Amino acid sequence: MAVLLLADVNGAQLATDAVAKALTAVKGLGEVHLLVAGPASAAAEAAKLEGAAKVLHAEDAGHGLAESLADLIVGLAGGYSHIAAPATAFSKNVLPRVAALLDVMVLSDVTAVVDADTFERPIYAGNAIQTVKSGDAKKVFTVRTAAFAAAGNGGSAGVEAVAAKSSDLSTWVEDRVAASDRPELTSAKVVVSGGRGVGSKESFDLIEKLADKLGAAVGASRAAVDSGYAPNDWQVGQTGKVVAPQLYVAIGISGAIQHLAGMKDSKIIVAINKDEEAPIFQVADYGLVADLFAAVPEMTGKL
Amino acid sequence: MKVLVPVKRVIDYNVKVRVKADGSGVDLANVKMSMNPFDEIAVEEAIRLKEKGVATEVVVVSIGVKQAQETLRTALAMGADRAILIEATADVHTDIEPLAVAKLLAGVIKEEAPGLVLAGKQAIDNDMNATGQMLSALLGWSQATFVSELAIDGDKAVVTREVDGGLQTISVKMPTIVTVDLRLNEPRYASLPNIMKAKAKPLAIKTPADYGVDVAPRLTVVKTTEPAGRKAGVKVASVEELIAKLKDEAGVI
Repeated sequence: MAVLLLADVNGAQLATDAVAKALTAVKGLGEVHLLVAGPASAAAEAAKLEGAAKVLHAEDAGHGLAESLADLIVGLAGGYSHIAAPATAFSKNVLPRVAALLDVMVLSDVTAVVDADTFERPIYAGNAIQTVKSGDAKKVFTVRTAAFAAAGNGGSAGVEAVAAKSSDLSTWVEDRVAASDRPELTSAKVVVSGGRGVGSKESFDLIEKLADKLGAAVGASRAAVDSGYAPNDWQVGQTGKVVAPQLYVAIGISGAIQHLAGMKDSKIIVAINKDEEAPIFQVADYGLVADLFAAVPEMTGKL
Repeated sequence: MKVLVPVKRVIDYNVKVRVKADGSGVDLANVKMSMNPFDEIAVEEAIRLKEKGVATEVVVVSIGVKQAQETLRTALAMGADRAILIEATADVHTDIEPLAVAKLLAGVIKEEAPGLVLAGKQAIDNDMNATGQMLSALLGWSQATFVSELAIDGDKAVVTREVDGGLQTISVKMPTIVTVDLRLNEPRYASLPNIMKAKAKPLAIKTPADYGVDVAPRLTVVKTTEPAGRKAGVKVASVEELIAKLKDEAGVI
């Protein structure tokens, strides 16, 4: 049977990296069709992803709102054994709605596809990994993109138009997406994150300067977000984003379990913290016990 | 307007999770349990709506074991008016799946007819992030997930949502399901007099059969394992040494 993979569209842009990684996760399950609800440019971008047999394109006026998008997916569901998506805020909004309409359970944040019915996923903030077998006729799931390599972009799948659905239940008003020259957090090769130890919104500038020197994305712990030092979309952890960059630099972050859940699969972890007992040092490849207010500007200067 | 808030009893946020030796799940026997932190935010928001005169009654619902009465009493002590417990299992290790929970809540909503449901965006045990969306689908209502600002305006609600690149504002038709994110509010602590008063507030006990819902799981747990551990590396003495290691040893910069 075939797989329908919902492709994230944020604003008018395809979330290419997330979709390419989810594609790798599901390609062993059957022929993959990508569903793009957005502008034709996003569908054309999706058609280049290697491993996609076909792109279904709905010219969407609903900004990917859950009610109309779920109706669209349910209308297409008949031809598919699996309906999947990257585990992003965009898809987590939609796929549980799809699953309920199909009277099946949803699986969130799948980290391994064992076979057509069996999946691995983290529970309890990644403190346990559960292997579950679904007894449902159709499997609906989201894929934790950090667990998979991105598919290449040398493909040329055909694009087929499908009719978008509309719903009067909800109306888009506006997106406030922070414009940034930095790489996107979940696909960045380097991430520099600050925690409560950074102390203020102003001091977060130190983190951002180091990030810019390294060409990195900026992350934050939940404590830093709760304290108002950093915006919520920078949050790395159980309730934020899950990242697995080549290099993760944790600055002034104690290393609460909820934060580790979001970054412990990074290739190299660096911790800079003045408390040598901080749990972050137990997962760091390189630890520097130092005052971040001295060490971080020094590092930025010497790179 | 009546507001309904589902609350879940979960392992306390600060407890170290241990996987059971037989791989069947996580050990929850004799472990401190609390209200799911996101659900606390939902209860707080409902109480604030009542204090502002927008809501008239706050009804809290929990689904699970009989011990979830404690979780409901906590919500009543915070300021909810009335509680409903659906006893769906006697085993503390059985997690009722979001689809079954959504079906039970849909049954409660048919009886209670609330104008708004406020729910946590995810429970910190199964981390599924699904119940609100599923409930909305079953009722054919609008949904507003991951909400950090909420304004009720007659027959619609205007909400700010935490999305991938920042924030999104949408307007949804009432009645609606709102799932709440961290920054919506800071939940209050219940005062001792309110904890005493909560003991006298009504708490109805129901079963899944009362709503004609089959709670049999759709997913079978094959095994539960500890995640692969990470070993602590080395401490470096200076920024120079750190940069040298990253360049020469790790090759990541």
